[in-house]
Amino acid sequence: MDPLAAIKVTFFQECEEQLAELEGGLLAMEGGDHDPEIVNAVFRAVHSIKGGAGAFSLEALVRFSHVFETALDLIRSGDIQADQETLKLLLRSADVLADHVRAARDGGVVDEGRSSAMAEALEALASGMGGGGEADTGDGFDDFVFNPVSIDMSDAPAPADDSVAALLASITGGDAGEAEAPAADGAPGQTWHVRFYPQVGLYQKANEAGLLLRELGRLGDVAVRLDASGLPLLQNMNPEDAYLGWSADLTGPGIEEAAIREVFEWVEGDCYLDIVREGAPPPVAQASGVDAVGEVDVMALIRAAQAAEVPAAAAPAAPVRASAESKAPVEPAKAKEAALDAKAQAAAREASPQTIRVDLERVDRLIDLVGELVINQAMLTQRVAECGLQRASSVAMGLDDLEQLTREIQDSVMAIRAQPVKSVFQRFPRLVREIAAMTGKEVRLIMDGEGTEVDKTVIERLSDPLTHMIRNAIDHGLETPDEREAAGKPREGVVRLAALHRSGRIVIEISDDGRGINRPRVKQIAVDKGLISPEANLSDDEIDNLIFMAGFSTAATVSDISGRGVGMDVVRRSIQSLGGRINISSRPGQGSTFTLSLPLTLAVLDGMVVTVAGQTLVAPLTAIIESLQPKACDVRNLGPNAQVIAIRDTHVPLIDIGRSLGYRTVTPPPTEGVALLVEGEGGSRAALMVDAIQGQRQVVIKSLEANYRPVPGIAAATILGDGRVALILDIDAVMVPKPHEGGGPVAAPANGGLDTVGAPTSLAKVG
Amino acid sequence: MEDIVQRKTGDRIELISFRIGDQEFCVDIMAVREIRGWTPATSLPQAPSFVKGVINLRGAVLPIVDLAARMGMAVTEPSERHVIIVTRICDQQVGLLVDAVCDIITVETGTIQQTPDLACDVVKTFVKGLLAMEGRMISLISLDNVLPTLDLEPTGAETASILAA
Amino acid sequence: MTKTILTVDDSRTMRDMLHLALTEAGFRVVQAVDGLDGLEALDAAQADVIITDINMPRLDGFGFIEGVRKNDRHRATPILVLTTESDTTKKQRARDAGATGWIVKPFNPEKLIDAIRRVAA
Repeated sequence: MDPLAAIKVTFFQECEEQLAELEGGLLAMEGGDHDPEIVNAVFRAVHSIKGGAGAFSLEALVRFSHVFETALDLIRSGDIQADQETLKLLLRSADVLADHVRAARDGGVVDEGRSSAMAEALEALASGMGGGGEADTGDGFDDFVFNPVSIDMSDAPAPADDSVAALLASITGGDAGEAEAPAADGAPGQTWHVRFYPQVGLYQKANEAGLLLRELGRLGDVAVRLDASGLPLLQNMNPEDAYLGWSADLTGPGIEEAAIREVFEWVEGDCYLDIVREGAPPPVAQASGVDAVGEVDVMALIRAAQAAEVPAAAAPAAPVRASAESKAPVEPAKAKEAALDAKAQAAAREASPQTIRVDLERVDRLIDLVGELVINQAMLTQRVAECGLQRASSVAMGLDDLEQLTREIQDSVMAIRAQPVKSVFQRFPRLVREIAAMTGKEVRLIMDGEGTEVDKTVIERLSDPLTHMIRNAIDHGLETPDEREAAGKPREGVVRLAALHRSGRIVIEISDDGRGINRPRVKQIAVDKGLISPEANLSDDEIDNLIFMAGFSTAATVSDISGRGVGMDVVRRSIQSLGGRINISSRPGQGSTFTLSLPLTLAVLDGMVVTVAGQTLVAPLTAIIESLQPKACDVRNLGPNAQVIAIRDTHVPLIDIGRSLGYRTVTPPPTEGVALLVEGEGGSRAALMVDAIQGQRQVVIKSLEANYRPVPGIAAATILGDGRVALILDIDAVMVPKPHEGGGPVAAPANGGLDTVGAPTSLAKVG
Repeated sequence: MEDIVQRKTGDRIELISFRIGDQEFCVDIMAVREIRGWTPATSLPQAPSFVKGVINLRGAVLPIVDLAARMGMAVTEPSERHVIIVTRICDQQVGLLVDAVCDIITVETGTIQQTPDLACDVVKTFVKGLLAMEGRMISLISLDNVLPTLDLEPTGAETASILAA
Repeated sequence: MTKTILTVDDSRTMRDMLHLALTEAGFRVVQAVDGLDGLEALDAAQADVIITDINMPRLDGFGFIEGVRKNDRHRATPILVLTTESDTTKKQRARDAGATGWIVKPFNPEKLIDAIRRVAA
């Protein structure tokens, strides 16, 4: 990639970090934190974005960030107090800034009206407090400002020697005010006379007269003469002081005074500078003339010095420099002190973890390889076992160690891709602000456990479902401030988002203190939509979980807030596609809590290995509630094609997976196999018939679609210890058979009552 | 692979030839990744009869296509004597089940003849040209249509599923 | 002999841009992420020129420059400050702290190299 393009990518990445810092800092301030360092950090975040934006000429972003920065500068200097109102404005401005950043990055557009309004508000804030920064030209860029330098001799400190004063007096006398003329036109062959007398400060700041004069030489032809007349006798000389001066005659077409001043712009405060355009009369001094003691053609010296690769100003400045350097050994103690100082400060700083940036492809490849390692190690173990080696033999024990090591490597490698959920959570404060504004509700978002780490593959797919649930919580869950007040609650509703690890999985809770699920209404809607029968007897929990059913929506008119009425069924499906589960619990009048449980990573799966019709399959453990040995008395026929099994006090469909997947046409008696009670989408349950259970194992998920295509009923594949491919079941697909389309063989039952297994859809939905 | 037949005379290409039954075929060697012996494949539900299943190719899941069945000939009963040619087609790797690998041959593209019209449609889908060599006829196979596209109906006996897509 | 430039800036973007422009011009670049980091890197870097930002966490540009000037080996090392700020107060304050000159952001590589040429042979 073109290096500049790569830096641009880095810039936008950095912008995201700065935006996060900005929001975090403003929230902290809103929360009452008065640490000045936070205000500084907030300022720096915007300042940084502005700087980079300028480098890439991102005009709109620069303009907005400049206005924002100006206001923040006044806050950090204490000229403006950041009260709650102001902080709310700043938070909204941070949102607009984020919009500008993303528009600049993705080529989109920003809401112009909102941006202008925000910018005006910021400007009003800044100007209302007695004018912004000095000399602020308003566009954030440093236009060249012409500052004429007037030399006021009466203020000058006493020179070391009278001759300098005399020389200076002669300059002033002869000028008749031309020194202050504005930029002259560049008449061809124009000559300028420049007198340049550095003060001590110039050298202290490491400016070098010779280099400045060389710079002058770039504007045209220049003849420079040294005036060493100010040098006192050696015994009177202060090595740190400045005694030398130069006069230069600069000739060339189109030279403007502004250009000459620019050469000296840094050192204006630290020298006498006099620039005079030559009038009609010939120039005052010629390069060849030697009028005063000690005049030397410095330019020739400089060129000679350059040719010899010696620092340009070495010759004239040498006396001053050498003495400065000889002074150095005299003060080693001071230097050591300074160094110790810096070290102490370094020790005091908190250790921040070292990080390196790695190509994601490399990490993915590493994780694949470790997956191979796990498989190979399992294969090796199996083959060794097949050889009949004793468990206590050195080989077997070595293999145990290998297995231990392999698992540790796998855990470590998985941890590389683990990221804190913060990266998903951090967009929610803004989301909450916007939805609260849109719905007219007052909402406070509390987030816990942002540091909880989850594999990257999971994190990326969490964002949409969480966004949806938070929208729901605010839109449907929370009451309006008036309603809440009437109910004796605080006007401000609370939405809480928490993440934690629990028994090897990641648990995310979204709760609100709103009105809770309206159970009678939910039940009625489900009945109206034909999702349950009117007589169905459901527990409170079961009613609550009805909202996950396909086609369910509580809004009579679709609310834009909750995404065009896309319901919780989509959310549930998203979570389940991640290998997770979702539940809701609710207390009327008090609020609801959604609990998500997800695997730590998508790359591996806890599976139950089973055999069906001679095939080895893997069922995801998360979907399995229990396994049981069916008893003949529990198995019932339902209609001509279906079977159910009684489990405690409910009946669930009994499905022969061997038949569903086309491995066999005749279903063996359930009593000869094992039934896996599974739960799928919408909370519906089924019992899947398998021939036998081989065991439980963590398996590495391999894609079937990479080299082939999706297979109905199959989610993915894996490679077992024997090296063979085993298919991973898609539980939701196998447990909801559609009614028979007609056609296809239906075998005559081999033993009593057992027939094809297919269940009408409505049966599958029973809780 | 039509372009193979249309390249200017004088271009040479390398082909690998193999046998199915009593017929000889060949493919562009650039598409071939490796040659393996047969290992039992895990069968796929609802698969067409010419998809034998999938095998483990160093950690990746590789589908195996019975080339004979694919071209409408008898379904192969694979055994240890059979050979799998691992090919790369677009971004996917697919294993072709054949009886044996014969030769690597280099030919000038000009010597490739068009497939005669009397060939049935299935054959024409796969066979892009004919080579005459040392008294043998070798059919040049194009791999683009080997794997079924998503909307093709699966053939075979396993349509008894109650599980609609 | 290749000159070394110590760049001190808390913005990764800015460090990258400086690095690109300076290395293309034949300089060797040492990077620091803020004023404290810069002071630590100072002696090891053996920089011929220092370029520093002003607004940085932990120790800002002004503090850094003062720290550099207290280090005897670097009393005469040219220091250029980067600034987007147009008010002259900051520039003067930088000079008061001991800065040799300034470069205005956004800079183009030519301006950057020009500025360096003004302070180093």
